[in-house]
Amino acid sequence: MAENFPMATNVKSFFTEIGSLSRFAGRFFKQLFSRPFEFREFLRQCYQMGNKSLLLVGITGFILGLVFTLQSRPTLEEFGASSWIPSMISISIVREIGPVIIALICAGRIGSSIGAELGSMKVTEQIDAMEVSGTNPFKFLVVTRILAATLMLPLLIIFGDFVALIGSALVENIKGQVSFLLYFNQVFDALGFRDLLPATGKSFFFGFAIGLVGCFKGYNSSKGTAGVGRAANSAVVYTSMLLFIIDFIAVFLTELIYG
Amino acid sequence: MKDENTYSSFEKGKPVIKIENLQKQFGDEVVLNNFNLEMFENENLVLMGKSGSGKSVMIKCLVGLMEPDSGRIEVLGKDISRLERTEMDELRAEIGFLFQGSALYDSMTVRENLEFPLRRHTKRMNIENTDELVLEALESVGLTKTIDLMPEELSGGMQRRIALARALILKPKIILYDEPTTGLDPITAKEIIQLMKNIQKKYKTSSLIITHDVDCARVISDRMILLLEGTNYAEGTFKELSTSEDPKIQAFFK
Repeated sequence: MAENFPMATNVKSFFTEIGSLSRFAGRFFKQLFSRPFEFREFLRQCYQMGNKSLLLVGITGFILGLVFTLQSRPTLEEFGASSWIPSMISISIVREIGPVIIALICAGRIGSSIGAELGSMKVTEQIDAMEVSGTNPFKFLVVTRILAATLMLPLLIIFGDFVALIGSALVENIKGQVSFLLYFNQVFDALGFRDLLPATGKSFFFGFAIGLVGCFKGYNSSKGTAGVGRAANSAVVYTSMLLFIIDFIAVFLTELIYG
Repeated sequence: MKDENTYSSFEKGKPVIKIENLQKQFGDEVVLNNFNLEMFENENLVLMGKSGSGKSVMIKCLVGLMEPDSGRIEVLGKDISRLERTEMDELRAEIGFLFQGSALYDSMTVRENLEFPLRRHTKRMNIENTDELVLEALESVGLTKTIDLMPEELSGGMQRRIALARALILKPKIILYDEPTTGLDPITAKEIIQLMKNIQKKYKTSSLIITHDVDCARVISDRMILLLEGTNYAEGTFKELSTSEDPKIQAFFK
């Protein structure tokens, strides 16, 4: 019946996908605490995701802080509020722009790479080879990657935020004759737990979403090499959407808690 | 043709694999239909069939990568449907598997590829020196110099040999070959077949070889099973089957 209504088919496949993703997440939590712990592979993934994303996150953060300050400066100057720049920029970067932009960048860098890697392992029977050699591929490939993404994302976001503030301080130093010391004094005066805690909290969920969707798409990819491309692509698209949903929920909850 | 007397030249040992009435279907398509197989110690059994006849599905059911709809599979005397995950992993250490496309882990070097199954069974099998075992396996396939190379740096034939080294590193009792010569040029294919024979002699393994390569079947088989539409169509030695007058059997050898 649903075949006659394309919209109904789409809705059905959307909910089927959500159901499969939830089951996949359930399997992750079930296997997370069971032995053996693939600690070596987990560390390798932390290195791959964390260390190898530093440059990308650093450049993005620096340009973000630089451009954001350059764009805001003229308007604030017009109202004689240029002294508010450090606090305004730091709050917006730490609370919202930093985590979301860096998570989106990581969805592209980490999510697509997980999707493509697991997808190609699936179509070339490497996952089967792992199973045959007595390894639980879900634990070895999926649990380690999701866990590494969940733990690395907050660190990358903190690093990215810090570099963004350096970019912003540089603009202020050149254009507004504000020293780095004064700039960062104002930044630390403006920031409080209310800004730092929710932002750090949601970055764990961002990391989890990137790892989960990347692994889900890659691990379940099929139909040859074309399927690998689709897995990488849809990992990025779905993760990006999920990041905004998580962000919305996080902002909503923060408002509820802090008023 | 299914009469046991048809395969005369092979002396049966203890059965190592026993499959009874295996049934598997995907949607409406029946892939395996009451398939039966018995393989004995030190035997080279070739399973031949056209593409899509269910050969690979059968071999995947055999190592627990797929679950059959019904039927019974016994490997080394153990009914695999009754095994827990850890018991299945222990059984898998006794089975080497050469995948059709080699399936080497492309993010690992040759050494790491070979160490991978060893690391999984180090404690249980009391393995002390992995280096020695890695070198021994590489020597068996004549590729010790590739130890620190990545799979992408190797030719197709070399990748297949490394995959073979990985399959036999735990000194398994059974080796399963899924289309071992597919995608290789005739000379490399011959080398691989010769290597399989040498390995069988050296390690005294039982081998189940899935292929549609007639040359491979002729050189290596002690006994053959012909698979047609998911079921055993004929069984016998290469000579018996290749000289059969049944046109359906003849089609396998053209």
